Amino acid sequence: MTSRHPNTQHKSVIDADGLQSLIGVLRDEGYQVIAPRASDDAMVLGQVNGIEDLPVGVRDEQDGGHYRLVPGGGRALFEYGPGPQGWKRYLYPPEERLWRARRHGESFTIEEDSQSTDKYAFLGVRACDLRAMEVQDKVFDREPQGDPRYVARRKNAFVVAVNCARAGGTCFCVSMASGPRAKDGFDVSLTELIDDDRHVFLAEAGSKKGVELLERIDRRPASDTEMSRADAIVSQTAESMGREMIADAEHVLARNLESDHWETVADRCLTCGNCTLVCPTCFCTTVEDVTDLSGAIAERWRKWDSCYSMDFSYIHGGSIRREGAARYRQWIAHKLSFWHEQFGISGCVGCGRCITWCPVGIDITEEARTLRDGEKDL
Amino acid sequence: MPEPRKAKLAVWKFASCDGCQLSLLDCEDELLELAGAVEIAHFLEASRATVRGPYDLSLVEGSITNSHDAERIQKIRRQSKSLVTIGACATAGGIQALRNFAKVDDFIATVYAHPTYIEALAKSTPIHDHVRVDFELRGCPIDRRQLLEVLGAFLNGRRPNIPAYSECFECKRRGTVCVMVARGTPCLGPVTQAGCGNLCPPHQRGCYGCFGPMETPNTASLSGWFGSAGADQAKIRDLYRSFNAAAAPFRRESERHD
Repeated sequence: MTSRHPNTQHKSVIDADGLQSLIGVLRDEGYQVIAPRASDDAMVLGQVNGIEDLPVGVRDEQDGGHYRLVPGGGRALFEYGPGPQGWKRYLYPPEERLWRARRHGESFTIEEDSQSTDKYAFLGVRACDLRAMEVQDKVFDREPQGDPRYVARRKNAFVVAVNCARAGGTCFCVSMASGPRAKDGFDVSLTELIDDDRHVFLAEAGSKKGVELLERIDRRPASDTEMSRADAIVSQTAESMGREMIADAEHVLARNLESDHWETVADRCLTCGNCTLVCPTCFCTTVEDVTDLSGAIAERWRKWDSCYSMDFSYIHGGSIRREGAARYRQWIAHKLSFWHEQFGISGCVGCGRCITWCPVGIDITEEARTLRDGEKDL
Repeated sequence: MPEPRKAKLAVWKFASCDGCQLSLLDCEDELLELAGAVEIAHFLEASRATVRGPYDLSLVEGSITNSHDAERIQKIRRQSKSLVTIGACATAGGIQALRNFAKVDDFIATVYAHPTYIEALAKSTPIHDHVRVDFELRGCPIDRRQLLEVLGAFLNGRRPNIPAYSECFECKRRGTVCVMVARGTPCLGPVTQAGCGNLCPPHQRGCYGCFGPMETPNTASLSGWFGSAGADQAKIRDLYRSFNAAAAPFRRESERHD
């Protein structure tokens, strides 16, 4: 994890070989380097051993319920937007055993699983996902209800951010004030600079760990031209956002809990849970206790859950959010409104995953706008 | 203290392919443990030796397709403290419930040269249409891990962890890329109950709906997607009309596209 380190004097330039050594040094330090890889028709997070594992010249095309990888035509390594998965699957895995108990006659012992020693280096984290980590820190890194496993993995992690050179079709980080520039929360940030005759990365350290890493690889100081070039790229991305969240969504949602519009969304909503599972900040889980056949061993497992499942709101006598309308409302109102009260920040980072990966393309920005516009008609 | 009496387990077959019973024999690593935990009192696929009822737990495979079986299931229910149905035939009528959408006599005339001894009910129906069922385990076939979970829960007096949410949960937990969004492939995952272990989408195939309707399926919305992806009415109908064709939400949706 990274402390704020706004010092910009560490801007330097590395080339492809430099990026290769960056990955190498991280691996030598015992990190498992995780980055988006082109696999199964999408940018899927996985382990990389070197830049040869990174996608070359691949873009994505994203819209509501639509994702395609398409050739970008160039040499760029980071020309695509957020993929189907958030980094939470490493910091907060989908299924995790919390402990197991063993019966000995009339008594039993509990064997708690040891704390995580996973050491991940995340390569290619976008500004929206840096914000998502910050949001999840507020959820998990606190006493007494925090999550020590998350905190351990997060503290061990090394974050290499990438400034977005293209806005995805469902991106709206500008209106969530979370991107596209990686401002803090990283150890090293990279901006990819491509000309006819060169392919380099403007590298900036964001932490002491980041400074130390960059000192170990071949680099040269960045020129003023390179720095302004990098700024221009990010500004251009900011100007070409695919979507925009309305201003003051927090209060618009809070005012519209009884809107008729929820029924209209429910006609389309599959209550499949995809939006929550791809959301990089959604953190809800369920706990399952399992036993073996003989009853000698019991285990407690934690698994990603979703406010779209009926069991999620099951209390004595049944589920309290039986209708799809109630469940969609719960999700979007928590994400955009109640999250502020609960954690002092929006639960939405503007990555657009819930729009892209909703099979029927329900658009969080559009639904919020419809609710706001409905108020004008009153 | 005397050893507590082992629970008596019986496995029964009705109209079915035996695949679900086979899942029990497929529990190779756990089979000895299971044999130690229960008395396998009636399981013809495994042994001719049978023990008379009553039984603590009956696993019932298959659907009711003739009047003889309609009577037999009543007897089994009376002999069983708990009755758990296993598989799409027992829980929804199975693939043979396709006949529910046509005239059974037409099938008989087509298949049998001398149908004198063929006695078939007009519809293939799930066990819960005939007797009280304590738990329904879905799937075509059932998933052996889920079967062990149900047996473990039964033996330890707890509720089984068999979620009724969509198959999308299994895709997302596993990290499977959505075939609808990334390929435009029709998939029943959003309306199908999880539990298979995520078999098809990791191989870029849409979900076939083997585990039947999830808890709150919005089939109308999904069919709208199928239509906009180019499926005609017959194709949409046929997507719902397979192993769980007679499960009410799938039946109603397929009939909307007849």
